[in-house]
Amino acid sequence: MIRLPTHLRRDLEQVVGAAYPSESCGVLVGQVRAANGRDGQPHTEVVRFVQLANLEAERAGDRYTMDPDGLLAADEAARAARLEIVGVWHSHPDHPAQPSATDRKAAWIGWSYVIASVGPSGVTEVRSWRLAGEQFVEEPLQ
Amino acid sequence: MTAEAPTVTVRIPTPLRAYTGGADELLVPGRTVGEILASLGQTHAGLRERVVDEHGAVRGFVNLFLDSRNVERLQGAATPVSEGAVLSIIPAVAGGASPRGRP
Repeated sequence: MIRLPTHLRRDLEQVVGAAYPSESCGVLVGQVRAANGRDGQPHTEVVRFVQLANLEAERAGDRYTMDPDGLLAADEAARAARLEIVGVWHSHPDHPAQPSATDRKAAWIGWSYVIASVGPSGVTEVRSWRLAGEQFVEEPLQ
Repeated sequence: MTAEAPTVTVRIPTPLRAYTGGADELLVPGRTVGEILASLGQTHAGLRERVVDEHGAVRGFVNLFLDSRNVERLQGAATPVSEGAVLSIIPAVAGGASPRGRP
């Protein structure tokens, strides 16, 4: 389960909407609490999100590659705040908020993947996924 | 007398902490980035293989930064390290709505 506070979700949707029709991307910063609840799943608390540059200049409409230097800076800032990068967010312009084969190829176990489907009128759907073995499994997004 | 190898801090990203018992930082001895990774492999089974391939080259889905510099732009695994340096393992992140194989 991942908890994304309402104000962060609102801000994230604005960022995603402003980037349309290009894919936007970044990381989620917060804490992961060990799985000790009834559901046996880790609980991720998002404290903030960071937008990072999409290096896919020609294919920004349907691909993203995060700037590694930006990732390093985000990691350092998170550690300085005693937080950690807990996941990745990106948008799917005119495409469902479901992981694609391209998403699966570069995914890492242990992170949440928040995907926002966005169209001309703004974000229509936000869902979160985690890698379980070789497959993405949706996780509750609160 | 051979000087002792410097000790650097290796920062472990969340997805790789399963190999370190949850540790987000490790103190590791070595004179080069390659030696640091080899030392990691000796103490944390499976971790080195997630970062470098069988030839010692950094895998395409990982970035290594020595302090703030991408190791790829330095001397790769041969990059010398100094005492107190920080080696950050940063996952490469990419994806998108485009299906795999689509040109």
